[in-house]
Order: sequence, then structure tokens, then C-alpha cells
Amino acid sequence: MKDENEASDAAVDPRRRAFMGVAAGVTAAVVAPGVLLHAVAAAPRSEAVTDDVRWGLLIDTAKCVDGCSACVAACDRENGLDLQSKPEGQSPLKWDSQRAAWIRKVKLQDNQTGRVTTLPMMCQHCEHPPCVDVCPTGASFKRADGIVMVDRHLCIGCRYCMMACPYKARSFIHEEMHGQLTAVPRGKGCVESCNLCVHRRDFGEESTACVDACAAEGHHAIMFGDLKDPASPISQLLKEMPSRQIREDLSLNTGVRYSGV
Amino acid sequence: MATAVLRASLVAVGLVWTLAVQTVQAEDVKRYVVEGSRAAGLESCVEPTERMRRQHMEFIKHQRIATVHEGIRTEKYSLSGCVDCHISYDQERVPRPINDPDQFCGACHAFAAIDLNCFDCHAAVPNGARLDATAIAAHRAAGVGPLVQSRRDGEDR
Repeated sequence: MKDENEASDAAVDPRRRAFMGVAAGVTAAVVAPGVLLHAVAAAPRSEAVTDDVRWGLLIDTAKCVDGCSACVAACDRENGLDLQSKPEGQSPLKWDSQRAAWIRKVKLQDNQTGRVTTLPMMCQHCEHPPCVDVCPTGASFKRADGIVMVDRHLCIGCRYCMMACPYKARSFIHEEMHGQLTAVPRGKGCVESCNLCVHRRDFGEESTACVDACAAEGHHAIMFGDLKDPASPISQLLKEMPSRQIREDLSLNTGVRYSGV
Repeated sequence: MATAVLRASLVAVGLVWTLAVQTVQAEDVKRYVVEGSRAAGLESCVEPTERMRRQHMEFIKHQRIATVHEGIRTEKYSLSGCVDCHISYDQERVPRPINDPDQFCGACHAFAAIDLNCFDCHAAVPNGARLDATAIAAHRAAGVGPLVQSRRDGEDR
């Protein structure tokens, strides 16, 4: 047995080796660019989201500037909200109250001291979201990573969730939409709200459109991160800085926290 | 040495032949497959053509649950994947909405008398990097208007 093996080792054909070498080289040349390109591109999510993370925002109202609405504009651009236009004949007042807005700039004034605070108000991504409680079809749901969003395939447009939300965070699309973005499908007859740029989450990007815009303006008032990771910058800052949930009396455990209110 | 050269050239001829066959196949189906797209290099879609014709709606219905609720973006089936590979362009290189009655999705749905509303919400053309608000305003001012508009399948035009 052993002898036979030795004999076959000795009989290796050098030309066969040369051919294998050529074949391996050609294969590598063909396959390598694809493999390298694949490694460089941002990896889209291939496994289901888990509750190992909980995404949230920390908004420092001291840094939020009155008159600036860069976050709102960036959100509109990112999610295609700037595609909507006022239906003919509708009063500007009605349009203002009905147009979809995922972020609203809110101004608060303490009537006794006169102190004015401005802050961006969006879906607060509650741990116990009232919109999910009331939804009759299961369209309004909380993803495992804490993002509260709407499955438009299931939404029947009843707007119960809009009634239930204490933050006026949701919008209803009244008119037909045109020119939607591939990453953000949206259309008439469904309710929608901030989803913490869920397409960015799934493609492994670092932050949200509003955070990027606020930083580009030099204000750095909004911070995005994982509330469950004690080492994340947002958790560190939450540990140091006094912050509040809006309507904390409702015990919703919001994922969006505000400091200085 | 001579045999090695011969073998190497045979390998090269084989590779060129494979590419040529693929190109010829792509020529045949150019009407509905974008040149250079993922589909152009494949013999059939993500499933054999017969299965795709009958069951594509089942495939994307299951995929949408995985994508919307679980955030999985690498599913084999995808509606934006249909659009990416099967969109066609007019002479000015402007993409035609895929649900138009003479386009990939729309033609078949119109023939089968199916009225769907996938593209009421989903983009009917590849629409990633988009014009910003000022550019859109400039287009409007110039009277060009939105270049691409989605329409419901099979609707009267």
C-alpha cells in the first residue's frame, strides 16, 4: 500500500502541475475583483434585527438654535418628504397642518421667566408605544432594535395611531405621491413617522440624516446611538448630563431624550 | 513549454467563448434586461423563468415581511431588484416607469387585467441619489417638471 503511494507521488506529471498553476492564476484573476469589491461595499443586513441594541437620540436643547431647521430639511430630503406639494385650492393654513412632517421644530416659552427653548420633536420611539397598542391591523409595530415604524402593506389609514400618539409625531398622506425614493417607499392612504433612518441602519451607516445635518451646521445638538451599550457615546453622555423624557408621566420609556427642558 | 502555451491559450479561448455566449444571450433579452445589470449575466432571474412568471408575487410577499419587520436587506427576492434589472430607458436615457402598460411589469399586468398598487408607494424607476429641492424648483421653473412619474398599473392613459 505504502509503496504504491510512493510510486504515484514519484509519477506526478510536471505538465499537469503547470496547467493547474495556469488555471489557478486565471481563476484568481477573474474572481478576485468581485471578492474585493464585495468586501469594500457597505454590508447590508443579512440577519434579523435583535434586541441587543436599542437605537435612540439625545437632544441637547441648549445647543439647538432658534431659527435653524437644518434637521427638518435634511429629514425631508432623506425621506422624500420634499416631494409633496400643496393641493390646488387648499388654504396654506390647512396645508401647514396636513403636510407630512417627521420632525417639527417646537418652541417652548416659560411664561414666568420668559426663557425660550427650541427643540426638534419627532417620534420618540417609546418602549411601550401607544400607537402600537391601538393599531387594529398590526401595521404599527416596534422593531426588535427599538425603532417604532409602520408597515405600509398592512396600514389601512384609520389614523388611530395619530390620535394615540402624545407627541403628534405621525402624519397621514392625503394625496397621491410621485417620484418616491427607492429606499423610502411611501404613498397615499398610509400613516408614517420618523423611523430613525431605518434604511441607513440596515446598510450599516453610522448616524441619521438629522444628526448629520445638525453637525454640518456646527451645532451638534443631536446625538444618535445605542442606548443599551453602556460604552456608547450616547450612553456616556446620558450618564453625565441631566436629561428628561417628554411626558415622562406616561411611563412610555422613550428612546429620544432631551436635556435642558 | 510549447504544450504549456497551448494549454494556456486553450483556457483563454474558453473564457472568451463563455463571455461571447453570455453577450449573445443578453442581446436576445435586451428588451427587458438592462445591459450590465446583474440579470444580464444570468441565464434566468433569481428563480427559473417559469417559476418567476407564476410565483414572483409570492416571493416578494414573503420577502417584504423579512425586510420591513426584521430589517433583512439581502433577501434573494426584491421589488427594487426587479426595477434595477428590468427598467428600460427612452432615447434621452430617461428611465420609463416599470409599471407603464408597455413596460416589464405593466405590460403583463395590463394583459392579465390586474390592477396593482405596488408603485403607488414604491419607486417605479431606480431613484437613489435624487435632485435636491432647489434643483427641482429650477426644473419646474424651466417647465421640465418631474421627469418621471409613477402611474397605477393598467390605468387609462
